[in-house]
Amino acid sequence: MKIAQVVGTVVSPISHSFFEGQRLLLCDLVDPDGSSRGSLIAVDVVDAGVGERVLICDEGTSARQIFGIDTGPIRSVIIGIIDEIA
Amino acid sequence: MHLGRVVGTVVTTVKSQGLDGVKMLIVQPLDKHEQDSGSPVVAADAVAMAGPGELVYYVASREAAEALEERFVPVDHAIVGLVDEVTLVEDNR
Repeated sequence: MKIAQVVGTVVSPISHSFFEGQRLLLCDLVDPDGSSRGSLIAVDVVDAGVGERVLICDEGTSARQIFGIDTGPIRSVIIGIIDEIA
Repeated sequence: MHLGRVVGTVVTTVKSQGLDGVKMLIVQPLDKHEQDSGSPVVAADAVAMAGPGELVYYVASREAAEALEERFVPVDHAIVGLVDEVTLVEDNR
């Protein structure tokens, strides 16, 4: 999994049928110390908000398992909201 | 998934089985500020509605093959959505 910071929202009216109704968030991948390592777009299943530090699962098979599907072009999913990194 | 902008089209007459009718577009990867980030890639258009100049999001590797109607076709990038708007909230730490 990867640590990320939610920095924005993405509005996509036309998309692959899998993404219809999904919430897309723009996330900055960060090191545990907070430095940025690029960004990606992830589907949110935990109701994360902008500004929150989250855990992203960036792997296709795990992502499909979360949604209970065998096929689908999904890879990056926000699977947790981070309270604290010690 | 990654943010990108369609910057061109690629026409191929002879292509691998399963790719007939699939539009190939050149996509420039973008960072969160919508600035160019890295080298352009050729992506299959899985929404069949993207065109030059448009902001899109795309997937890579196996997920790209899963985006098309025919599964496991030989593509490594696929556009899976058009982006209307990116709202970036900066300095929120």
